[in-house]
Amino acid sequence: MSDLASSSASAGETSLVNQYAIVAVFFFIGLAFLAALLTFSRLIRPGRPDPEKLSTYECGMKPIGQSWGQFNIRYYIFALLFVLFDVEAAFIYPWAVKLGQLKLFAFVEMLIFLAILAVGLIYAWRKGTLEWLE
Amino acid sequence: MAVINRAAGILAKLPGGNIAIAGIDFLFNWARESSLYPLTFGLKCCAIEMMATAAARYDLDRMGVMFRATPRQSDVLIVSGTVTKKMAPVLRRLYDQMPEPRWVIAMGGCAVAGGPFWDSYNVVQGADNIVPVDVYIPGCPPRPEQLIDALLKLQEKIHKASIKDG
Repeated sequence: MSDLASSSASAGETSLVNQYAIVAVFFFIGLAFLAALLTFSRLIRPGRPDPEKLSTYECGMKPIGQSWGQFNIRYYIFALLFVLFDVEAAFIYPWAVKLGQLKLFAFVEMLIFLAILAVGLIYAWRKGTLEWLE
Repeated sequence: MAVINRAAGILAKLPGGNIAIAGIDFLFNWARESSLYPLTFGLKCCAIEMMATAAARYDLDRMGVMFRATPRQSDVLIVSGTVTKKMAPVLRRLYDQMPEPRWVIAMGGCAVAGGPFWDSYNVVQGADNIVPVDVYIPGCPPRPEQLIDALLKLQEKIHKASIKDG
């Protein structure tokens, strides 16, 4: 189906436009629905803010100190690794679609790409970044 | 005053506007009374009866009542138990942090007027010294059916509300 859509000149040029148009219509209807809901809510709610009502909730106690907690640094490292390998996966998807036509050359090229990233993974592994505790 | 309240003021002057206001009132009140979310505010023994009412035998969920742990998402504050002088500021602050529309149910003798401990050194004689109460439930503790009855009475009170009053 996607093969049909990508060879636009020959067979299904309008079908490609139609598919994207459908997605676009969904997107804008979703956006408009959200805007309508929020506006309607703003019109009917009895909004009476006062300083006590806007104060931070701390189980009825007077709020003490900052409300920012400290995050474990590991979250950042895992997010970084995730982004790297997620981008790698994003590169592999179109390659997988076209692999049948491109045959051995593309296969070996992708293997080289994966090998470079695997070296990075082994480096991170040996450095101990995959451990959660110190 | 929200836009809807000002619109109601204008609508009341138009011919047939009161019918529209009645329809809107019915819709709003039905929505509000059918989904009363209480803030979990169990102080003493009445809290156990409140839990029993919420549990399987007397089930509050079938009335749309779902207990919320935060005042930001709750409609009604069920004061169940003795309000002590130490707890009074906490009660007031939590009531203040609830968004409108909000109601208070004083459950049990202690929340109504101090109960069996009315002359203790540390007891506030009734939650209505701290927050405005809408429904009072006598009892020590009141039976689960009485709590359900109080919620039904609160629903009747909500049913009489109107967007003309704001």
